[in-house]
Amino acid sequence: MELVNKKPSGLVDVKMHYCPGCGHGIVHRLIAEVMDELGIRERTVGIAPVGCAVFADDYFNCDMIQGPHGRGPAIATGIKRSQPDCIVFSYQGDGDLASIGMAETIHSAARSENITIIFINNAIYGMTGGQMAPTTLLGQPASTCPTGRDAKVNGYPIKVCELLAQLEGARYLERTSVSSAQGVIKTKRAVKKAFQNQVEGKGFSLVEILSMCPTNWGMNSLQGVKFVDEKMMPIYPLGVFRSTEQEGGQR
Amino acid sequence: MGEKILMKGNEALAEGAVLAGCRFFSGYPITPQNEVPEYMSWRLPEAGGTFIQAESEVSAINMLYGAAATGIRTMTSSSSPGISLKQEGISYCAGADLPIFFANVVRGGPGLGNIAASQGDYNQSVKGGGHGDYHTIVLAPNSVDEMGNFPKKCYELAEKYRMPAMILADGILGQMMEPVEFKFQPVDPANLKKPDWSLGNAAGRKKRIVRSYDLREGELEKMNWARAKKFQEIEDREVQFEEKNINDAQLVLVAYGTSSRIAAAAMKMARDKGIKVGLFRPITLWPFPKKQLAKLAQRVKNFLVVEMSQGQFVDDVRLAIGGTAQVDLYARPAGIPSGEEVFAVVEKLYQSIKPAKAVKKVEKVKPAKKAKSPKKAKPTRKLKPVKKKTVKIKTAKKATRKGGRR
Ligand SMILES: Cc1ncc(C[n+]2csc(CCOP(=O)(O)OP(=O)(O)O)c2C)c(N)n1
Ligand code: SF4
Repeated sequence: MELVNKKPSGLVDVKMHYCPGCGHGIVHRLIAEVMDELGIRERTVGIAPVGCAVFADDYFNCDMIQGPHGRGPAIATGIKRSQPDCIVFSYQGDGDLASIGMAETIHSAARSENITIIFINNAIYGMTGGQMAPTTLLGQPASTCPTGRDAKVNGYPIKVCELLAQLEGARYLERTSVSSAQGVIKTKRAVKKAFQNQVEGKGFSLVEILSMCPTNWGMNSLQGVKFVDEKMMPIYPLGVFRSTEQEGGQR
Repeated sequence: MGEKILMKGNEALAEGAVLAGCRFFSGYPITPQNEVPEYMSWRLPEAGGTFIQAESEVSAINMLYGAAATGIRTMTSSSSPGISLKQEGISYCAGADLPIFFANVVRGGPGLGNIAASQGDYNQSVKGGGHGDYHTIVLAPNSVDEMGNFPKKCYELAEKYRMPAMILADGILGQMMEPVEFKFQPVDPANLKKPDWSLGNAAGRKKRIVRSYDLREGELEKMNWARAKKFQEIEDREVQFEEKNINDAQLVLVAYGTSSRIAAAAMKMARDKGIKVGLFRPITLWPFPKKQLAKLAQRVKNFLVVEMSQGQFVDDVRLAIGGTAQVDLYARPAGIPSGEEVFAVVEKLYQSIKPAKAVKKVEKVKPAKKAKSPKKAKPTRKLKPVKKKTVKIKTAKKATRKGGRR
């Protein structure tokens, strides 16, 4: 009998700690599958963030480094520039990437570092227990804005793909979601493109993935995917914001 | 090797690092260390390495964290405020046991302070710097020659013990020009062994992880105990210091870096007048030459610490000596003393030293003519023995504010 569906070799065979209904585990698997399909696992170095995905350094079956909150793109820059043959990806949450690490995000894009960033937008700080994120929706409650995000007090959600699309160095930007089977398939395609770009030396690629955090949204898994589809997508529309075809060119 | 070149301290520092095999530099401009990134920006590409002007010091240290994790020799440099920003990253390097090398060309603080030389970052450097339980190896050069030769020492120590090592300099050492002789064969990075923890190219081996956390019950404490043991070994083995005119000294000046040059000038003035003054200069500030100072204090009973800070370094000297001798302080926080100024303090102190023999000798000496700068340092002939108190001499305020570069 042929085994048609097995754990990709890019994942270590351990139990993940993510909550039921969380999007992190799905995205991990997609990255691992892409590493296998592109045959790059043995030369890939991943960066685990500070956030719920901090333990990703145990989960991915490739060399891993865990770094300070928000600094993934800087760490990726250091690795890639000193080992250009390596494939380097930074895995980050929205607090990590769009709040404390925004400068690193923008400047690595501006320099068009030949790296891949996988950005999980779950509109909340998962690991620290549900505080407001830069991507928290207006009106969405969080533990530091219990009555809902109020633009007067907390400002407006940051749309990372739209923001980065202003930068010439950002070669590939796409927003997807893992809230449906179709979304997962599209996300995989985007993740693959983001890695493939790096293999081809095309420069900065980032995939923003709308993802569920039922635990800190105070929902069950089904309500979680509904929240992504109904509440997040109107604010964070899916699509390609910049593509390599637009700019082209080796770096 | 063997050739003397006239260089600025900052350039010697950069060239010394490149010759020692550094192939990656990330930094952010700040006076008075700008010559380091400027030099690296052309020198590293020439040597086949990478230079990046980062968007901030925070980013610079994290680029370094990534690059160092691939097992190559790396460097960053900054001056005081920038080093403060780098501390989280340095702590991560310490927690991940990564050998990194960085330099702090110290300026006046706190805050934006000024851009003149200072030794105000002593405690930050030798007591850890960032958060958590760790040390950084700290080397304190006092000449352009040492600025050029110490990076190699830092790499070797950092790699031997897998931890951060730094050079603690200051604006004067960074900016002044002196001859430097690189006293080693240039290191070809290709000849350095790739460490067995480095990331990248995992073909045929298991994955590796570089990280500073361990949430498993009791494991972090175990790690920290292992590091504590390593730190003890370093304190036992790696102390470096310099002594001058110690053998017959009645009073020993204790100073590091630029202060030690000034103290040496004061010592020379004193010796010219027959005053028996010696100089003890720690070269490693961590590990601190505790035992060596304690041993010296068995014989010498009077020490004068000279530092360009409020009295940070003196604490370590007093801890080492442990009350067995008198330790006085001449401090200039964000000020630069002159040799004459220090000499005036030395002379005054020396007269107060028992046994009387020493005092007698001084009395033979003509009272010193008024020293140039210090207004209030009038050396009186008959001084009461100095009580356990600090000798502090106010100096005239100098308007040293330079415009422009911040
Ligand atoms: C310098 C620093 N500041 C704050 C923290 C605390 N902290 C840990 S995770 C986190 C937020 C993570 O949220 P996000 O990036 O959205 O990831 P998620 O957990 O939602 O996946 C914060 C603030 C830290 N570890 N370091
Ligand atoms: S808290 Fe949220 S982001 Fe974190 S593991 Fe649970 S569901 Fe996922």
